[in-house]
Amino acid sequence: MDIKLDTAPKIVEPTLYELSSPGRVGVDFPDPDVPRAKLPDALLREKLPLPELSEVDVVRHFVKLSTFNYSVDSGFYPLGSCTMKYNPKINEDTARLPGFVALHPLQPIETTQGALVLMYQLQEWLKEISGFDALTLQPAAGAHGEFTGVSMMRAYHRDRGDMKRNKMLVPDSAHGTNPATSAMTGLKVVEIPSDERGNVDLGALRAEADDTLVGMMLTNPNTLGLFDEHVEEICKIVHNAGGLMYGDGANMNAMLGITKMADLGFDVMHYNLHKTFSTPHGGGGPGSGPVGATAALADFLPAPIVDIVEEEADGLPPLYGLVTPAKTIGRIKAFHGHFGVLVRAFTYIAMHGPDGLRNVSEYAVLNANYLLARLRDTYHVPYDRTCMHEFVAEGRWKDAPDIHALDVAKRLMDYGFHPPTNYFPLIVHEALMVEPTETENKDTLDAFADAMIKIAEEAHTNPELLHDAPHAENTPFGRLDEVKAAKDLILCCWLPENYSEQEQ
Amino acid sequence: MTYIPHSPKERDEMLATIGVEKLEDLFQAIPAAHRYPALNLPAALTEMEAATELREIAESNETTNELLSFLGAGVYNHYIPAAIDHILQRGEFYTAYTPYQPEISQGTLQAIFEYQSMMAQLTGMDVANASHYDGATAVAEAVNMALAQFRGKRKRIVMSQGVHPQYRATTDTYTQFSGLEIVSTESSLGTPDALMELIDENTALVIVQYPDFFGRLYDYTKLAEAAHAVKALFCVVANPIALGLLKPPGEMGADMVVGEGQPLGIPLSYGGPYLGYFTTRSKYVRKMAGRLVGESVDSRGQRAFVLTLTPREQHIKRERATSNICSNQGLLVLAAGIYMSLLGKTGMRHVAELCYHKAHYAAEQIAQLPGFELCNAEPFFHEFTVSCPEPVADINAHLLEHGILGGYDLGQDYPDMENRMLIAVTEKITKDEIDTFVAILGEVNHGH
Amino acid sequence: MNIPANLMYTKKDEWVDLESGKMGITDFAQGQLSDIVFVEALVDVDDDVEIGGEVASVESVKASAEVYAPVSGTVVAINEGLEDEPEVINTDPYGAGWLVQFEVSEQSDELMDAAAYEAYCNGRD
Repeated sequence: MDIKLDTAPKIVEPTLYELSSPGRVGVDFPDPDVPRAKLPDALLREKLPLPELSEVDVVRHFVKLSTFNYSVDSGFYPLGSCTMKYNPKINEDTARLPGFVALHPLQPIETTQGALVLMYQLQEWLKEISGFDALTLQPAAGAHGEFTGVSMMRAYHRDRGDMKRNKMLVPDSAHGTNPATSAMTGLKVVEIPSDERGNVDLGALRAEADDTLVGMMLTNPNTLGLFDEHVEEICKIVHNAGGLMYGDGANMNAMLGITKMADLGFDVMHYNLHKTFSTPHGGGGPGSGPVGATAALADFLPAPIVDIVEEEADGLPPLYGLVTPAKTIGRIKAFHGHFGVLVRAFTYIAMHGPDGLRNVSEYAVLNANYLLARLRDTYHVPYDRTCMHEFVAEGRWKDAPDIHALDVAKRLMDYGFHPPTNYFPLIVHEALMVEPTETENKDTLDAFADAMIKIAEEAHTNPELLHDAPHAENTPFGRLDEVKAAKDLILCCWLPENYSEQEQ
Repeated sequence: MTYIPHSPKERDEMLATIGVEKLEDLFQAIPAAHRYPALNLPAALTEMEAATELREIAESNETTNELLSFLGAGVYNHYIPAAIDHILQRGEFYTAYTPYQPEISQGTLQAIFEYQSMMAQLTGMDVANASHYDGATAVAEAVNMALAQFRGKRKRIVMSQGVHPQYRATTDTYTQFSGLEIVSTESSLGTPDALMELIDENTALVIVQYPDFFGRLYDYTKLAEAAHAVKALFCVVANPIALGLLKPPGEMGADMVVGEGQPLGIPLSYGGPYLGYFTTRSKYVRKMAGRLVGESVDSRGQRAFVLTLTPREQHIKRERATSNICSNQGLLVLAAGIYMSLLGKTGMRHVAELCYHKAHYAAEQIAQLPGFELCNAEPFFHEFTVSCPEPVADINAHLLEHGILGGYDLGQDYPDMENRMLIAVTEKITKDEIDTFVAILGEVNHGH
Repeated sequence: MNIPANLMYTKKDEWVDLESGKMGITDFAQGQLSDIVFVEALVDVDDDVEIGGEVASVESVKASAEVYAPVSGTVVAINEGLEDEPEVINTDPYGAGWLVQFEVSEQSDELMDAAAYEAYCNGRD
């Protein structure tokens, strides 16, 4: 890196604080139409050091910031394990319908039947898609769904008086959330290695399958993008030891209408609506992580879930309401889940139907295998067999020793693409995890494959091109000094010191 | 297929490149007995049909647009400036992922950095993270952080019953396997002095709400001192709109200030998605879960921002992370940041004062009704408790007939608070609307 | 790679000086972690620690590592200087970068001498 520390850094877009000017305000409110009450003097704050801007200042600032972002709307985003598919615009419109956004979560259910019907219907659809008997929409994200599911597994064993179970098995290819979730619920985590075909090593699994087992957390297809060829056997081994199978639904985009997780032997699973069902990622969230469960675990679901509380009668439709499962683990957040995200997922499923959903997975898998076919001669693929919705290649070559996956990733930005996920999963050296999704056409995939092949050539002929990437003509910013960020720890900015003087 | 762009010809070319004949050939690894199950779902709708169906579902709700609402209890119907949603709807923001590639994510990163700054200054703290799911999970994470601070050696949490009941319930769920003891005063309306009695050497955290669930405002400085006297941490769950006017908890000695960011420009949306904000002192920053954005420079000598302190997080620390949180409420963080910057210091104070004056006018009018009594002897902000002459459910049913959403029925959560209604008044409510509400309430005692 | 002859080593890349009771992480370990930005002791003075118990957590920009006790004993000192200057572990892992000092009661029988540790490191590349 070539970092110029001798001069003050150049400011590309000032912060709101630097743009602030005393006396400006971006939105006016009326004077009170009621008598002014006496304010509680002892409890008033003296200073409120927030920025002051007009509406046009604010709009231009954020529009400028938006131009620094790469997004699905701007281009191809093959970020493995994140399912960055196109987010249909209609979803944004339906989620913003006044009949949804202006609903208070604590309104009487008689006034919110539309919202409750939508939630009930979505519960039914998600159950059907993966074959589960019961489902909660409450979890706020995938990791939150994991926490929900694992807590249910613990509660299930405890309810049966089986108190010695304290061990969770997690494959070495798992997302970091799996071991973190297990630890959060007080469980001991045991990592199970993968075999040479990228499946769970059955021998290692059998050795750990004893009567202290709470269960196993398995992503299937796994983070290598491979469908575990022994998934039914794995479920059987865990069940025979008295354990339960947790399905991490991060990779469900390959499974819609292809197979049902409950049929394979999973007992509980979370869905990522922000991946599989096209709700946008929002620069980090909000997500939504509903959890489905088999009948044996249904009573442990978090409260509340939506159900029919008064059956249809006398020509009146049924009354939908919020109910508490009998042995619930409790509440896992306030209110009923990320409703706005649920509306988007509902819209998406309604517009696909059974055939459309199956097509989603078929074409997601087609796109991934097409890219794999085009790239496997150039990039080493350590577990090379028919992949599902994504695959993992290595961003390294023996005859280009100074090149890392990171350099390939950064060089892709020069070609106008978002890089694949790198350095995950941990079991692949210099991993590049590519997930194209079904919404990309052949031309885009070809352009990406061409760029990847060109970069591999550059890695050998002109490695500096990769080391210096991305270049100033292609991206608004270069590589970041992450060491400086972690050492200096500047996490906050302030109004300038002389700001209050400007006020006079 | 609307969102799948392949022509049959392209599909066949791609299959040929892969070396298989048909799509089905790609799924040989799936056990044959469970391959291609029937999905019992309704047939697909076109966009036009879906738009109609969703509009019909939405219109079957009665919302706060039609109903006059005095319902708060943690979610407040504030005015949302138009500019917010216009900025949020830029695809560059809402269709981006977590900013892991800072070269092409500076928009999200700088917006989060600015939000962190405003949130820290609003609460009077040193540092804010990039958010949790909601107020409830932010409270649960505060408890986890306190446990981590004492490396599990302290097992007692003192939590006021004035903390939102759903936040307390969520905390119970989060901590049910950790052998914790969460204690509170016997009375729902326990005071800070009564909480002080419960603090001992085994206490990891003392946690209160400001204003509390019943609307009460206390200066918690002495309680913070009592917590610190035994080296326990002190956390305040604060309403961010109230902080436009009121002394920030940072000035009372709080070690963490957390809460629900929904009032900052986020619609009611039937309970979510909202925004859990989380702030703390610099010395605890490495114990705080969730993402953080820090300032740095890029290779071109430009100021730039980047996710920092990532080794605390689950993707690196795995089973050693204190939280499994992976996402943040990115788009809601953006909304709250735009809200705070549009209102600025003048607007934040103005909205807070409007809420304060209107709530006090409403309280005064209701207190004059026979059979109704204002329960808040202490100062309150925009929400207050009244005792009613009849069950709250009956009163609310009557109000609803007149197009009014009454206040929250406290008896649902607190057995010792039957017939008590929690009433919220925001800047959106006019004097005429308050007068209408009071008039209908007045009918109650006359045996409607 | 620097592997002083007078120290003993673990397979998890801790070193211990059986004379003084001081321990830390090896040159190999600091190189793997790269820029260290934070160190937190997970024990207090006077704590009794068993072989393999956690004694500290070390964070670099990209990674995080737990450090385990190579000996059993009582903690007699913790290197407070690392709070402000954790980077000395990178520059001087066997000197100013020490982590914890024990009054040693028992040493692990799996400890390696410098030659054995060097062979162990070479075998990993």
